[in-house]
Amino acid sequence: MAENLESDDLSTQVIRVIAQAQRIPADSISLDSTFEELKIDSLDGINIVFAIENEFGISIPDEGVQNLRSVRETVDGVRKLVEEKNQTVPPGAA
Amino acid sequence: MNRVAVTGLGIVCALGNNVAECWNRLAAGESCILPLRDPGSPPYKFQNGAQALGFDPLQHFSEKELIALERFAQLATVAAREAIAQSRLRFQGELGDLSAVVTGSSVGGQFAEEEGYYRLYKENNPRVAPLTIPRTMANAGASRISLEFGIHGPAYTVATACSSSNHAIGQAFAMVRSGQVRAAVTGGSEAVFAEGLLRAWEAMRVVSPEVCRPFSADRKGLSLGEGAGMLVLEDWEHARARGADILGEIVGFGMSSDAHHLTQPCVEGPAKAMAWALRDASIPAERIDYVNAHGTGTQANDITETQAIRSVFGEHADNLLVSSTKSMHGHTLGAAGAIEAIATILALKHGVVPPTANFTKADPACALDVVPNQAREAGIEFAISNTFAFGGLNATLVLRRAD
Repeated sequence: MAENLESDDLSTQVIRVIAQAQRIPADSISLDSTFEELKIDSLDGINIVFAIENEFGISIPDEGVQNLRSVRETVDGVRKLVEEKNQTVPPGAA
Repeated sequence: MNRVAVTGLGIVCALGNNVAECWNRLAAGESCILPLRDPGSPPYKFQNGAQALGFDPLQHFSEKELIALERFAQLATVAAREAIAQSRLRFQGELGDLSAVVTGSSVGGQFAEEEGYYRLYKENNPRVAPLTIPRTMANAGASRISLEFGIHGPAYTVATACSSSNHAIGQAFAMVRSGQVRAAVTGGSEAVFAEGLLRAWEAMRVVSPEVCRPFSADRKGLSLGEGAGMLVLEDWEHARARGADILGEIVGFGMSSDAHHLTQPCVEGPAKAMAWALRDASIPAERIDYVNAHGTGTQANDITETQAIRSVFGEHADNLLVSSTKSMHGHTLGAAGAIEAIATILALKHGVVPPTANFTKADPACALDVVPNQAREAGIEFAISNTFAFGGLNATLVLRRAD
């Protein structure tokens, strides 16, 4: 349950960041929206990625950015990077 | 060679958001060099400037568009919209392929660059905003105009400091005259009120601590201004055939380099630009009635420009009306040539020479009729408009009243 709830939060957060960057209402974006439908071009894409990196404190590799086509792919990618970040134990923390 | 008609004009600057507002103030001799909205901390040594205070980007662009569009490119686009609307040209099909966009800008988009450096060097944050490059590029205005209006011919930007937009207009003029293109949108824009850039101007020690007083004995330097001017140039016969309203004509262009000093002006370079412009126009110097001077209001410029005018025009210099409209819209750097060319075209069209405002006291070293403070009615037919840049680059346009 806890894991699902966390996923929902994360997707809501990603959608909010995309909405802010694109200056469009968040409720016009769903997990199934494609970037094409949302009129997100390559220039918009780098802005959104920049905002997501800031929001989640992660670094998205260039090759990952070029393959993004939809909100769901973005959310999945962000979730993976956030989990990787959380698994990294800070030195001395153990 | 084709005659080159001017069929559209557009301006945004401290004088107003369109040509009509700007002309009213020019003809009234109203200086719009005012206290800076942001005095700086610590305060700049100069506290006045000609800011386009009435320009609201959100009236012209969506928030989304503004992410990618710097102030200098916004100003260029809005001025181009006014000029193109007036020309009533549509760049669909063949005309789009046969039209050019040539703009001038001295430094392009400084705000994005300064924000990036602030993060990088002040905040130690290496993450610079993603659109810094396309916002900063000096051709951002030209590209936006080309994109918005579907102009597919030659499009580029000239950067020659304070001569940028005269060089740009000269290039566009040459292309229309030769038949390389049928029409061109040309001019320039500059947005100088970015802190780092203002500090750099402050360090040059050429900005007046009060207001710019061109040719006046007590002048203390230039006043910075921001803005854009755009013109639509068109093959004369094309314009006539479609019944366009022809506002003026460009008849000659001359350019020269001092090859003398990085910043110190000299007489010979500007004199060559003026003489070669007259030769290009195939008219004798005596036909010129009005000179829209570079007239920055620095001690050095105004004296050398006076001497250059005397060397080109000889005794006819005493008959010339010479004014510096920078006294009203400030020195708009890469936009200066365009805004002043428009002021000159309007002076020819209305038969009213805009004055040199803020003039207090004659300087024997600048002994010309500088039309002090009050516009003058005069039936004028030919005029020149000068720009001289740091780096010693000079450009002069010759303009004629429309028939």
